Amino acid sequence: MKATCWMGKEKIEVREVPDPRILNSRDAIVRVTSTAICGSDLHLYNGFVPTMEPEDILGHEFMGEVVEVGGGVQNLRVGDRVVVPFPIACGACAACQAEAYSLCENSNPNAWLAEKLWGHAVCGVYGYSHMMGGFAGGQAQYARVPFADVGPLKVDADLPDEKVLFLSDILPTGYMGAEMCNLQGGDVVAVWGAGPVGQFAMASAFLLGAERVIAIDRFPYRLAMAAEKTGAETINYEEVDSVLDTLNEMTGGRGPDACIDAVGLEAHAPGLQYAYDRTKQAMGLESDRPIALREAIMACRNGGTVSVIGVYGGFIDKFPMGSLMNRSLTVRTGQCHVQRYMRPLLNRIRQGEIDPSFVITHRLSLADAPRAYRMFRDKEDNCEKVVLSPH
Amino acid sequence: MITGMGTEARQGGAGTDRQGDAGGGGTRAGSTGRSARGRPANRPNGSRPDGEGFATALGWFSIGLGLSEVVAPRRVARLIGIEDDPRERAILRALGVREIMSGIAILSQPRARWVWSRVAGDAMDLALLGTALASDRTERPRTSVATAAVLGVTALDVLCSQRLTRAEHRIQVQRSVTINRTPEEVYQFWRNLENLPRFTSHLEAVRVIDDRRSHWQARAPVGTTIEWDAEIVEDRPNELIAWRAVEGADVPNSGSVRFAPAPGRRGTEVHVAIDYNPPGGQVGAAVAKLFREEPTQQLGDDLRALKQVLETGEVLVSDATVRRGLHPARPDPAPGTT
Ligand SMILES: NC(=O)c1ccc[n+]([C@@H]2O[C@H](COP(=O)([O-])OP(=O)(O)OC[C@H]3O[C@@H](n4cnc5c(N)ncnc54)[C@H](O)[C@@H]3O)[C@@H](O)[C@H]2O)c1
Ligand SMILES: [Zn+2]
Ligand SMILES: [Zn+2]
Repeated sequence: MKATCWMGKEKIEVREVPDPRILNSRDAIVRVTSTAICGSDLHLYNGFVPTMEPEDILGHEFMGEVVEVGGGVQNLRVGDRVVVPFPIACGACAACQAEAYSLCENSNPNAWLAEKLWGHAVCGVYGYSHMMGGFAGGQAQYARVPFADVGPLKVDADLPDEKVLFLSDILPTGYMGAEMCNLQGGDVVAVWGAGPVGQFAMASAFLLGAERVIAIDRFPYRLAMAAEKTGAETINYEEVDSVLDTLNEMTGGRGPDACIDAVGLEAHAPGLQYAYDRTKQAMGLESDRPIALREAIMACRNGGTVSVIGVYGGFIDKFPMGSLMNRSLTVRTGQCHVQRYMRPLLNRIRQGEIDPSFVITHRLSLADAPRAYRMFRDKEDNCEKVVLSPH
Repeated sequence: MITGMGTEARQGGAGTDRQGDAGGGGTRAGSTGRSARGRPANRPNGSRPDGEGFATALGWFSIGLGLSEVVAPRRVARLIGIEDDPRERAILRALGVREIMSGIAILSQPRARWVWSRVAGDAMDLALLGTALASDRTERPRTSVATAAVLGVTALDVLCSQRLTRAEHRIQVQRSVTINRTPEEVYQFWRNLENLPRFTSHLEAVRVIDDRRSHWQARAPVGTTIEWDAEIVEDRPNELIAWRAVEGADVPNSGSVRFAPAPGRRGTEVHVAIDYNPPGGQVGAAVAKLFREEPTQQLGDDLRALKQVLETGEVLVSDATVRRGLHPARPDPAPGTT
C-alpha cells in the first residue's frame, strides 16, 4: 500500500510499504477513505518530537471501512464504516473506566520511553513517535486499529466523510478545551490559535454557553474564519501593541474568564521573547516555546481557568508560576479523551448544531502529502485544514 | 562524533529490544561511552543525587549556550532561524552573558565527580550537535533527532532516579504495578507458574513439577538458554508467593511477589522483588548481559505485560515492537513475502 512516511525533519515521502496485518486478536484493519493532517503532525514534521524513526508512518486522524477483524472483536463487521479516535485505549484499565482514554494504561508498548520523559506513560497514538507506542499511522491506504472493539465509532452512510472525519481528533479536542473551562453562563473565553483546533474550541465555547469568544492569531484569513464561522471577535497579535492590554480593554479590565491555549509548543511571537525561546529550544535548553501559554496565564481573570489543549512535549522556561498561584487560577490540560466525546458530538452533527467541515480548505490525494505538509506548516494558500484521499 | 551520536541516539531513542542486544553498546570514538539505552556504561554504586545532577546539567548547558551566543551570535542567529541584524545580535550577546553567569552560579557548588563527567559529556554532545545543526554538510534530521534524544536522556538521567543496588555481581530489583483485578485473581494467575512466560520477556517456559517445585527455562543472548529448578519457599494465598532456585543452580536467584488490595477499590498492588547472583565464567557473563541494561526497566515491562494480560487478555504489540530490534513504525511484510 501507499503510506505517508516521516523520513526526517521536514522530509515527508509517500512510499510503498507492506499492508498492515492483524497482530492482536482485538485488531481491525481499516481501508482508509479520508485522513487529515493535524497541527500535532507539524510538531513531528518540524522535528520537535523525540523518538521518531525514518520510515515511520504518520497520521492519527482517519476513517474508513473495516476490511478485516481479529477474533476478539465482536461489535464490528467487515464493511462497517468507522471513524477511528486517535488515542488507542483498551477500555478495561482504571483510566479507561474513568473515561480518561488518553491515559490508557495498556496501549503503549513503549511506555518505558514515555516514563523516562514524563515520569508516567500515556496511551499509544497512531503515527506519533515510538515513545507514544510505535504504531503505524493512518495517512495511508490501510491502517491497523488495535482495541477495535473499544475505539472506532460506526457512522451511517448518509453522513459524508467530511462531516464526521474530525470526530477522530480535532472536534472532540476543541470541545474538551471548551468543556474544561467550566463555563457558568455569561463567560468571556479567549482562544489563542485560530487553527482547526482553535476554531472548534471557539465554536464549542459558544455551544457550552459562552457569552463572548475572542480569537487571537496573526493570520487574517484564520481570524476571518473564526469571526465568520464561529462568531468570535478577533485580535491580530501582530497589529496590537499588547495582547494583554487589548484583552483588558475588551473585558473592562477583568481579563477573560477562561483562556484556551490552542497553539502548543511551536508558538510564534514578534520580538525578543521569540528569540529567547527559539534560542533555548535550538540549543536543547528547553524543548517547548510556551509563548501563548505564558500570555494566556497572564491574561486570565483572577480565579479563572486556563485550558491547555495545545501540545507540549517536555520542558519550558520562564513559566509565570507566581501569576498562576497568587491569582488562584485553575489549569486544565490533556490529550483529548476522544472516545468520551464521539457519540454526543456525532449527535450534535446529526442535529445540525455543528458542521465541522467548515475548516477544510484543501482536499488533496495522499500522493500530495509532502506538499500538503509544507503548505499547512507555512500557512500558504490560506490553508486551514487538509484532507487527503488515499484511494 | 556527530555520526556516532546520531546512531547512538537512535538506539537510545527507541530501543524496543528488551534484551539489549541491539547494536551492542555505544562506545564509539569520541562518544561519551553510553550503552545502547543511553545509560552510562559504568554506573557508580548507590543512588544518584537527582536535584544536583539536574543543576549541573543546566549549569553546563547555560555556559555552552552562553559562550556560543557571545562568541558567535551570527551563527546562533542563523542556527535558530532569526534575522541576523545588529539588534538581534546584541540581544543574543546579552542572553549569552546571562546564560554564562547563571551557568557558573549553578556549577560553583561542590558535588560528586561522576555527575560532572556524565553531564559534561552530554552538554558537550549537545553543544556539538547544536553546531552541527548549523552546518550545511550535516544530515539535519539525524542530528535533530539526536539532539532531542540527548535532551531527553540528559533531563531524565538527572530527573528520574533508577535506584539500583549492585554489590559486585548481585542484582536486586523491585517494581510494582496496580492491576484492575482482585488479589485473588492476580494471585491465582501467578500461582500457576506456567503462566509466567506469558508476560516475562526472558522466560521461555516454566514446567510445574509438583506443588513446590518447578523447572524454569530462560532465553539468553545468542540463542542460548539457561535452565534451573526452583522451589516455592512461601505461599500465602492471595497475599504472597516467594521462590528461589534450588541449590546448585547455574544462576542463584530468588524472588517474591506480594499482592495487596489497592485503596479505594483500585484493584491490586503487585510488588515484585527479584534477586540474581550471577557467578563468574561464561554463564555468568551471559546472565550479566541478559540483565546488563536495565533490570528494573525489564521487570517494569514484564509487570506491565502482566497487567495487560489480566486486564485485556493479551500483550499489545505495535508495528515498532512486534519484533525485537529497532525498526520503523510501519507494517512488516507478511511472512513468506519480501
Ligand atoms: N490536546 C489534544 O488532544 C490535541 C489534539 C489535536 C491537536 N492538538 C494541538 O493543538 C495545537 C493546534 O493544532 P492546529 O491543528 O490547530 O494547528 P495549527 O498550526 O493549524 O494552528 C496553530 C495556530 O496558532 C497560531 N499561533 C502561533 N503562535 C501564536 C501566539 N503566540 N498567539 C496566538 N496564536 C498563535 C498560529 O498562527 C496558528 O494559526 C497543536 O499544538 C496541536 O498539537 C492537541
Ligand atoms: Zn491531531
Ligand atoms: Zn485502558
